[in-house]
Formats: sequence, structure tokens, C-alpha cells
Amino acid sequence: MEKFKTLTGIVLPLDRVNVDTDAIIPKQFLKSIKRTGFGGNLFDEWRYLDRGEPGQDCSDRPLNPEFVLNQPRYQKATILLSRANFGCGSSREHAPWALYDYGFRVLIAPSFAEIFYNNCFKNGILPIVLSENIVDRLFAEVESMPGYALTVDLENQTVTLPDQTVIPFDIDPFRKHCLLNGLDDISITLQHVQEIKAYEERKRNETPWLFQRNNE
Amino acid sequence: MMGKTLYDKLWDAHVVREDGDGVALLYIDRHLLHEVTSPQAFEGLRLAGRKPWRVESNLAVCDHNVPTTYPRNDIPDPVAKLQIDTLDRNCREFGITEFGIEDPRQGIIHIVSPEQGATLPGMTIVCGDSHTSTHGAFGALAFGIGTSEVEHVLATQCLVQKKLKNMLVRVEGQLPAGVTAKDIILAVIGKIGTSGGTGYAIEFGGETIRALSVEERMTICNMAIEAGARTGLVAVDEKTIAYLKDKPYAPTNRQWEKAVAYWTTLKSDEDASFDKVVTLDAATIAPQVTWGTSPEMVVAVDETIPDPEQEKDPEKKKGMERALTYMGLQAGTPITEIYLDKIFIGSCTNGRIEDLREAAKVVKGKKVAANIRQALVVPGSGPVKEQAEREGLDRIFRDAGFEWREPGCSMCLAMNADRLEAGERCASTSNRNFEGRQGYGGRTHLVSPAMAAAAAIAGHFTDVRRLYS
Repeated sequence: MEKFKTLTGIVLPLDRVNVDTDAIIPKQFLKSIKRTGFGGNLFDEWRYLDRGEPGQDCSDRPLNPEFVLNQPRYQKATILLSRANFGCGSSREHAPWALYDYGFRVLIAPSFAEIFYNNCFKNGILPIVLSENIVDRLFAEVESMPGYALTVDLENQTVTLPDQTVIPFDIDPFRKHCLLNGLDDISITLQHVQEIKAYEERKRNETPWLFQRNNE
Repeated sequence: MMGKTLYDKLWDAHVVREDGDGVALLYIDRHLLHEVTSPQAFEGLRLAGRKPWRVESNLAVCDHNVPTTYPRNDIPDPVAKLQIDTLDRNCREFGITEFGIEDPRQGIIHIVSPEQGATLPGMTIVCGDSHTSTHGAFGALAFGIGTSEVEHVLATQCLVQKKLKNMLVRVEGQLPAGVTAKDIILAVIGKIGTSGGTGYAIEFGGETIRALSVEERMTICNMAIEAGARTGLVAVDEKTIAYLKDKPYAPTNRQWEKAVAYWTTLKSDEDASFDKVVTLDAATIAPQVTWGTSPEMVVAVDETIPDPEQEKDPEKKKGMERALTYMGLQAGTPITEIYLDKIFIGSCTNGRIEDLREAAKVVKGKKVAANIRQALVVPGSGPVKEQAEREGLDRIFRDAGFEWREPGCSMCLAMNADRLEAGERCASTSNRNFEGRQGYGGRTHLVSPAMAAAAAIAGHFTDVRRLYS
């Protein structure tokens, strides 16, 4: 996983509540057995005027000019600003894969759905929870100021606005550590092999039925 | 010392090591797999040269992409076929038990696992699917995970998790005739919202929940995720135990006795404290119908489409306006004046035998209305289908004009050929009414099986309670 330390990037405002994972990456693209290549289909149903199919070349599809992702001023955005309960719905990791593949590295919203939030950290995306008031302010500023950019500093847990206002954010220390260092958490867990084995040994005695082989 | 909640007990029993701040390495007893969220995890395992930690804890079934027509293995979409073949290949390579597409036990993973007894009380159960919360109906700690975590469980049998807060949703009182578990959970979501349960494990309790069958409890826990909670729970009781007796994967003989003794402790202590308690009076719940593009956009069948102008929160108001445009509906329209194009009865929410019985009771001796282009019944698993056929339910549905299909996720998320066309309106017993969920431009109304059946006959929504009075 790529390390995340600091980022200064253009902000794209997606002014909707409850943006669900079906909207982030529609189901027909979930048939892929790869982790990459989803960026062209990010927000597919909102972004294009036709219905997308897997494996299609997206470059000649009709774009929806109303949709924020297609507006020239937000091209090359790396920070996505949205509203409450972002990422609700299914557990599909294809959602953060699509956001990452498109180029987003930071998401800001007043709240995130849990499974999605968790999935972001496994893929080098930093989801930041800020208060409704601050998110309202960011939406107002982004829309009134072309080229609006924020600086995100994970080590210091801050978001810096163009006027140098510094806003702190909270993050779980373990997730922060993994993201800062680009750590694969399977190898971290495997440092505790002895403890896992000891747990299993104990449970084999206490609840042996959980360790039966399947009746195959 | 303060008593423990059921969630606390399940959590404590699975902590391998604590890392402070409520973060722990949690042991996973049962790992369920399907074709959509597992291929990248197996690939990761292969690339790192790892093997499944405890291969017998895994159970796989293909459900999302499968056709619901014969022949089962004739999959015209090559991308879907590759994904299903990939699951077969991965399971063979790593020695994981899989119920393949032609296995009589194949079906939707959240229906298959309980009916095989692979879901047991006191287990931690995970799957790369958000509706894993279903298994909490057995007093198991069950939650959905992403593909990276699927790989993590395969490789380590553990997950790094942060402990959730405890919420009790207490439902008391007698449920009126024609009102079902689906209506209870939709009413709960309407009350607390789609993020009301975020950060919580929700235990469903109270006399109404205790009076429900195990299958009905599964319907409720299934949609805990639609209230934002990764996990839903119901305490173990004699119904849970009776359901599991003699199931193929359940323990037997002395192991069974020992297991039952432990399972009966799986309930919240009398003096346990919850961070939040929500109470509902079952007697006041009416059949529910969603009108928008989020499960929280729900009203009773005898109400009208709400008016965004009455909404004070500007974000919610915008959301309501957008939903009404997408759904092609006007504020103030009575729910019973909404006409449907398609009917879908099935899914991990409502694809079990009791759901089919409930729908068949409404349909029996009647015909699907002329304006309904397609009415589908998709049993949740092979055994559900067989049981329904033994009871003659398939005949009731076919005679009325329904199509009787093979098991799978089907039109709940339209990854196979079963889907809505743009603009089509569907009464669906599934769990999500998001834009495009059942097909590009499709319009979904979530309802109970009885309500979907009644809508199929009437051609529009109708208050199913009238059929019971």
C-alpha cells in the first residue's frame, strides 16, 4: 500500500447526503476479478448519459455536463468533499478502488459508513470526518473559489484552508500508523502468530464444536 | 460489577490480544465467501505465498452473478462466468468447501449458511458482504467486511477491530395481522435513519422480537446495515436451538449438549447497560413502503408521499427532491395509487420458506394484474426451493402468473440477467432502493413479501392488512 503523509490538492464538491457504494461503482463493474481499472467507471450512472458496461472504452461515452466530476474546474481533484453517511450500502471494496484509481486520496465528510471507512484505510485513502459546520463552510468556499485546494497533514492530523485556517481531525492511532507507513496489516497480525495459536488451543478445549471439520 | 450485553460477551470471547483504545485482534470462527468480493483476496494470498489459516472455517457459494434459469451453468456473460469459475478454481486450489452452482445446497450465502447449521450461536462470522449482519439472529457476532479483510481472515483467522457501542432496539406489543418482520425493520430505519446505527452493534429485543421466528429475526438483523450498524443481534432462546438441531454442520451428541449449555448464556445480562435505547410499539406499526432512494425514505401504506417543502433540514430536503425526481413521484400521492411494472420476491432479506409461504397465502387463487410485466419469485436456496415445491407453493405462484426461478441474489442487485429497465417500477422484498440498484434507471420500492404479493395482484400498492381482517 502507498504511504500517505501530506497532500495538497484540488477539492471536488459532491453535494449529496447518503452517497452509496452502488453510486460510487455500479454493480456491473463488480464482475472484474482485478483490483484496478475502476476509475473510468467511478460514479458511472451520474457521470455518463448512457448505461456503462464492463470493458467498455469510456473515452467516447456521452458525459453528463451537470455532474460535478465533469466540470473543468475540478479536473485533477484529489480531495473529495461530500455530505453525511458517505459510502453507505454494500461492503464492496471496489468503491475505494474506484476512488483511488480515479485519483482521490482524501475524502472529507461529516460521517462515513463503517465498512467503507474501514476499506479506505486498506487502500491508501484517508477519510476525514469534519463537523457539519466546517463541511458547510468548505462547500461554500469551494464553490466560490476556482482552484480551491486544501492541505492535509496526516502526521499532525490537520487540514489547512487557503486562508491558513488550520482544522484538526481525529483518527485512530493504529490506522494512522499503517497509512503513514504504508503497512500491510496482514504482516502486522502475523507477528502475533503465537497468541493466535494459544487462543485456538484454549478454544479447542472450551468450544470444541467450533473446530470440527465440515461434514464433507 | 456491571452486567454485560450480548455484544460484550461475544466480543470478549473472541479477543486474541488487546491493542488499547478498544482495538483488538479478534478471532473469526466462520468465514463465508462468494464470487464477487473474494477473487482479489485469493490473488493477494497467492502473491504473498500464504495459505488459509484454518481452511475448514471457510464456506463458499456463488450467488451474486448466477443465472436463476436453467441450465444453471450456462452463463452468457463471459465476465460473470470468469468470476464464478474463479471462485471454483480458488476453492479447489486452497481446499475450501464450496457449494457449486449445480449443488442442491447452492443459494444466497446468508440463507445457505444458517440452513446448513454453519451459522451457530456464539460464533464470530464474517463475509465480504454487508448483509452478513443476518447471522446475528442466532446470537452470533456477524458483520460484513471488504476484500482486504477477506484476505486478512484467510491468512490469519483474525481481524483488527475496534469495539462498537451498544444499542438496544426494543420492540414491545402485539404485531397486527399482515404486519411482518420486514415492516418492523423498515419502521426502525425510518425512525433512526440510515446512519442511526453507525458505530453501534444493535441488539433487537423486547417481547415482539422474542415472539418472532428465527427466520423473521434474520430478516430484521439482515437490514441492521441499512440502519448503519454493521452488526445486528438477537439473544439465543429455545427457538434458536430448535432451528439448529440436526442441521448438517451443527454439533451432535455430547458436543451438542455442551454447545447448548453455552448458547443459553448468550443474552444480555439483566443489568447490562446500553449506550442507546430505542423503543417501538409493535401495535402501531403498519405495512411499510419505501418511496425514495434510501431505505430511510419510508412511510406506512396508508400514508402519502411526503412533501420536501415540509422538511426543515436543507440537505435532507434536497435529497428528497432528488429522490422524487428519480422515482418519478409527486409529493402528496397516496402510496396505494402507485402502480408497479415488476414484482420481485426473494433476496437474503426475504427469500426463505416462511417468506414464500406468506406471499403464497396472498396470491393463492388469484392472478397477477395485467399491468405487471414480470413477477419473479426467487427462492433463497436449493433447500428453500425444494421445500416450497413439496408444499405446492410453486404451483400457486405459477398459476397466478409468477415466474418460479432458481436460487440466487437475482434482482436484489441485478448482477445477473434479472433486472429493471430504465423507468420501470418494482415492488421488491430486497433491502436497498438506491438509484440503479435493481438496474440502470430502475425504481425500487422496498416492502414485505405479503405486500409485494398483494401489489402483484392489485397492480398497485394495497394495504395487505385488509386481506387479513
